[in-house]
Amino acid sequence: MGRKGIETLVGIFVLLGMFAVLFLALKAANLASFTGGDTYAVTARFDNIGGLKVRAPVKSAGVTVGRVTAISLDINTYQGLVTIDLQQGVAFPADTSAKILTAGLLGDQYVGLEPGGSDTNLKAGDEIKMTQSAVVLENLIGQFLYNKAAEPAAENK
Amino acid sequence: MNAADRLATLGVRALDVMRGLGHSAFFFFELLKSAPSALRRLYLTVAQIHSIGNRSVVIIAASGLAVGFVLALQGYYTLSRYGAAESLGLLVALSLVRELGPVVTALLFAGRAGTSLTAEIGLMKAGEQLAAMEMMAVDPKARVLAPRFLAGVLAMPLLAAMFSAVGILGGYVVGVLMIGIDPGAFWSQMQAGVDVWDDVGNGIVKSVVFGIACTFIALYQGYEAQATPEGVAQATTRTVVVSSLAVLGLDFVLTALMFSTPH
Repeated sequence: MGRKGIETLVGIFVLLGMFAVLFLALKAANLASFTGGDTYAVTARFDNIGGLKVRAPVKSAGVTVGRVTAISLDINTYQGLVTIDLQQGVAFPADTSAKILTAGLLGDQYVGLEPGGSDTNLKAGDEIKMTQSAVVLENLIGQFLYNKAAEPAAENK
Repeated sequence: MNAADRLATLGVRALDVMRGLGHSAFFFFELLKSAPSALRRLYLTVAQIHSIGNRSVVIIAASGLAVGFVLALQGYYTLSRYGAAESLGLLVALSLVRELGPVVTALLFAGRAGTSLTAEIGLMKAGEQLAAMEMMAVDPKARVLAPRFLAGVLAMPLLAAMFSAVGILGGYVVGVLMIGIDPGAFWSQMQAGVDVWDDVGNGIVKSVVFGIACTFIALYQGYEAQATPEGVAQATTRTVVVSSLAVLGLDFVLTALMFSTPH
């Protein structure tokens, strides 16, 4: 095989390799849909963030509009301080509320946003005031048992 | 043999090991130093990519496909118990991109390309071709080793990416076409869980490191082989054994560094 032939074959090999990397980046990791873009950061305080993780999606009406970028403990209020990056094109009213929800029964947790009715919009650095914590299964069961235990006492009266 | 003699034997062994390490480290730095000269003789490198890379594509693609098939079958078996069969795409993609792609490709590379490098250079040495080059004031490291080193380091990440890509397609064939998982869930779970830099990027970094390690070991073993048929045979065997162990050891270290810190 001549020099030209080998060079062409190597070209095909490199092209195949590049194609494979592109496939992994675009099809498997979906680089295209979240190339960062312009975002603005808002914060929210939750009494309990449950199993929320950094990079968890932020959704409104089920549509992903941002990502959780940082989670820390606010040592003044002992609440979980969650920083969220929202896409620049999506504006939310200032009285929007945030909930920590779970996708499916065993799925990952994400932040759900419910828009309010305010005329002013959230700006970069604002805090979402109304929040609802993650549901912790132990607390839920504990509450259920507590209510059960209280029931017979109520009937005896 | 008394105790002092035993102690001396132990000392000699330890010194031998250290000398071997030092020797190979010097060899490695000389190889790195002569690597740029391979860019001046670009055609030599291209020809080596052809013999190392192109000719490994078939075995890499076939293994990738087989691994993807089996991952999908086994993964589905376990995931469906927990009602999480839709996560199959994520399982297949993460296992391939993070671990199996780079590692299995490196193991196959050591067997397919590393052995041929060692045997070729060992025979060149046995045939005194390397000595002849030195006589003609041609540096065999720059003329023979550097293009092969560069070709191996370039070919490995490309082969690993092909392995992972073909494996994911194999997982798709078994998971979606044969078992009947929803194709939308297959891809969307994968895309939600696989990160471009943390997963795909780190996988490529791994395969570059494995490419450097495997090619270096193959060249070193060939260059240091005893110039006899048995010597070349032993060197070829050592290439496979040492490369495989090095890849597995490096993989553990790299995985611990890359993926152990929780976000």
